[in-house]
Amino acid sequence: MAPPEVYEVAVLGGGNAALCAALAASERGARVIVLERAPRVFRGGNSRHTRNLRCMHTAPTDILTESYSEDEFMTDLLRVTGGATNETLARIVVRASADAPGRMRRFGVRLQPSLRGTLHLGRTNAFFLGGGKALMNSYYAAAERRGVHVVYDADVIGLQIHDGRFESATVRINGREQQVRARSVVLAAGGFESNLEWLKEIWGDAADNFLIRGTPYNTGTVLKLMLDAGAEPVGDPTQCHAVAIDARAPKFDGGIVTRLDCVSLGIVVNKHGDRFYDEGEDFWPKRYAIWGRLVAQQPDQIAYSIIDAKAVGRFMPSVFPPIAAASIRELAALIHVPAGTLAATVERFNGAVRPGIFNHEALDDCRTDGLVPNKTHWAQRLDTPPFWAYPLRPGITFTYLGVKVDERARVALRGGPAANIFAAGEIMAGNILGKGYVAGVGMTIGTVFGEIAGREAWRGVSSDASASHTGHRAR
Amino acid sequence: MRADPLPVLTDATVKSQHEMTVCNSCRYCEAYCPVFQAMEERLTFTSGDVAYLANLCHNCGECLYACQYAPPHEFGIDVPKTFSALRVESYAAAAWPAFAAPAFRSPWTTTAVALAAGALASALAARTLWVGDARVAFPAAADFYSVVPHDVMVTLFGIVGLFAVVALGIGYRRFIRSIADPNIADPPSPLRGFGAASPVGAAARDALTLKHLHATGEDCVDAEEKRRPWRRWMHHCTFYGFLLCFASTSVAAIYHVVFGWVAPYAYTSLPVVLGTVGGLGLLVGPAGLFLVDRRRDPALTHSTQASLDAPFLAMLFLTSLTGLLLLALREKTFMPSLLIGHLAFVLAFFVTLPYGKFVHGIYRAAALVKFRRESNH
Repeated sequence: MAPPEVYEVAVLGGGNAALCAALAASERGARVIVLERAPRVFRGGNSRHTRNLRCMHTAPTDILTESYSEDEFMTDLLRVTGGATNETLARIVVRASADAPGRMRRFGVRLQPSLRGTLHLGRTNAFFLGGGKALMNSYYAAAERRGVHVVYDADVIGLQIHDGRFESATVRINGREQQVRARSVVLAAGGFESNLEWLKEIWGDAADNFLIRGTPYNTGTVLKLMLDAGAEPVGDPTQCHAVAIDARAPKFDGGIVTRLDCVSLGIVVNKHGDRFYDEGEDFWPKRYAIWGRLVAQQPDQIAYSIIDAKAVGRFMPSVFPPIAAASIRELAALIHVPAGTLAATVERFNGAVRPGIFNHEALDDCRTDGLVPNKTHWAQRLDTPPFWAYPLRPGITFTYLGVKVDERARVALRGGPAANIFAAGEIMAGNILGKGYVAGVGMTIGTVFGEIAGREAWRGVSSDASASHTGHRAR
Repeated sequence: MRADPLPVLTDATVKSQHEMTVCNSCRYCEAYCPVFQAMEERLTFTSGDVAYLANLCHNCGECLYACQYAPPHEFGIDVPKTFSALRVESYAAAAWPAFAAPAFRSPWTTTAVALAAGALASALAARTLWVGDARVAFPAAADFYSVVPHDVMVTLFGIVGLFAVVALGIGYRRFIRSIADPNIADPPSPLRGFGAASPVGAAARDALTLKHLHATGEDCVDAEEKRRPWRRWMHHCTFYGFLLCFASTSVAAIYHVVFGWVAPYAYTSLPVVLGTVGGLGLLVGPAGLFLVDRRRDPALTHSTQASLDAPFLAMLFLTSLTGLLLLALREKTFMPSLLIGHLAFVLAFFVTLPYGKFVHGIYRAAALVKFRRESNH
């Protein structure tokens, strides 16, 4: 690292929001340092695993179909959060999202129409060509071109904040502690979903069986330091966004490929061989998020999706091979579920399936009658071997706890807004996304508030400088 | 699940199958190139499927840098590198005669042996060895046929050329069969329907423009976020240079056979102009490709593929260089040595055609046709 110097803006974090903030500040002339905790190869936080962002638009564009109005976007946000949102901030995000694609392209980001098989998002979400890691590569390249100082393997372990002013951060870089001084700071270091101890404090031993879908570097260090320093919290500290993913996924960083899309095509049983929830309640994209919690509530946090040959080819291929057997009893032995119970569960289920016309594209009339719980759509007998099982575990995507901010992205401290501390991305997403989730909105929040935080961080510094005539000007 | 008709489960095949399984559950790279679009048409991957996809890959590199699962992630996805290794294996697997397959694993040795054989053959063909007195042998400057008689030259190159064509043809047929989908009645002849709108026509356009080296509107990458046109341009120089040289030879043959105009031809004549321009392309292109490849991120190409590239580029360059020198210095007394040297390179070049990098053009073209045909379904 360069000899100690005072930066105008320090950005803590290295994902989408962090880079949007760094670029917003540096394009106005600020000297910016980005402290990314991950090594270069794993830079970008959870943004590495994303693929699109939600944005409003009033007319079709080269990448978005039809239109997606401000009101419709707001309605979607209010619906998924059940009103747990700061509507002022939410509206800022929605309105600014209209300009996001153009802004991103100015930094070299390439966008594309929605991927095949995600046509339902073609109207609302702009896709990154090649996905989130390609997006981050573009942003990092743009930051380097603009002279932003990016430090990898930089673990922020302390914040020096006095009278609501940030002065410096203590950073461990390659085992050496250093002070990084800056006139303002942007916190964009994500949530705490990969901090296993923290997860255990909330969920107890069950957390041992959780898989973390994203980066192992989101340990919530900066979030905790800020809360300890008196930042006002926002979002439910005990909630996280969890989906049901393949139990064989790696502990961290499994990303998109660990998802399983076959739940609604069969039945799901726990380790005792019993069903526990309506697998056909709604379309899978609308239901996968509740299945994380459902599986987390089962003994040993494990469940098994069981389908028969009729379902093969009807869902996105999984990265892990199915556990296959010629009979339900053989399958039970392979997945260590009591064979008698599983056979009885399947028999009861098959007996309860009412006649109907199967249609996976619609909420069809294939349902069971007289079961607890019933399967209300896409219920077909499990009678055609081979039978396949996929093990399921809860996969944590992100946590909701964050710091409260105002419309200028200033962090709210107990005595009022911080003078030079701003936040963007997952660390403040709870202001807008108090609960629930809608595809691509995390990236929208990060992009919009990253830009606001970077701009405001620089504005504070430049007005300070002109007011006090210190003469410190950027290039 | 489909059965693998001819499982050739080498490490590169197994790794390719693993990588395509991961990629097929992710699909973020779908818009980069046809590899991922063809992948999405499949749920499982036979050894033929991955051989097809590997030969469809142009090694543009975008998908490595975009990959959230690239090494050191435990999934270890590096499609460009894995496919580059698998391509070499697919060349070897299709080689005819089969005992020549090891040539792909030792390309420099192959080239050296071929050069030695070429030198011997051209020396034997030269009249100097039969007629003791060199002054009698070279009555006129620039008269190549006084050094190697026309009939000898035609016979020698006829045999070598025919061998190369037959070996390439059989290899091509074997390759086509290895990538055919046993569950789809894939017509064995790829040349059905030639129109511009046909799959063959579309694939020809894809190949001639190297469309998939700039499939996303920008050029292929040399390193992360470094997109440059040089690799494409240098390939164009090489390919079209080769075509012009081929055209030059063809025109000269027509002059000789049809019109009875015997070489040497004037510097302004069609064969010489075509050969000179083509020859310059074959100097610039291969040298450029060699330099570009040396600076390229080594993570993008497997060492077996890289070691196949260098001798082929060297042969193209040296064949062209000796040809241009021969043209420029054909009036000199040492012309016979230059001629024998050039013929040695040309012979070695033709003999190694079926056992080196050259086959990539044929197999990739076959993969492009298959892709266009599948897209039409």
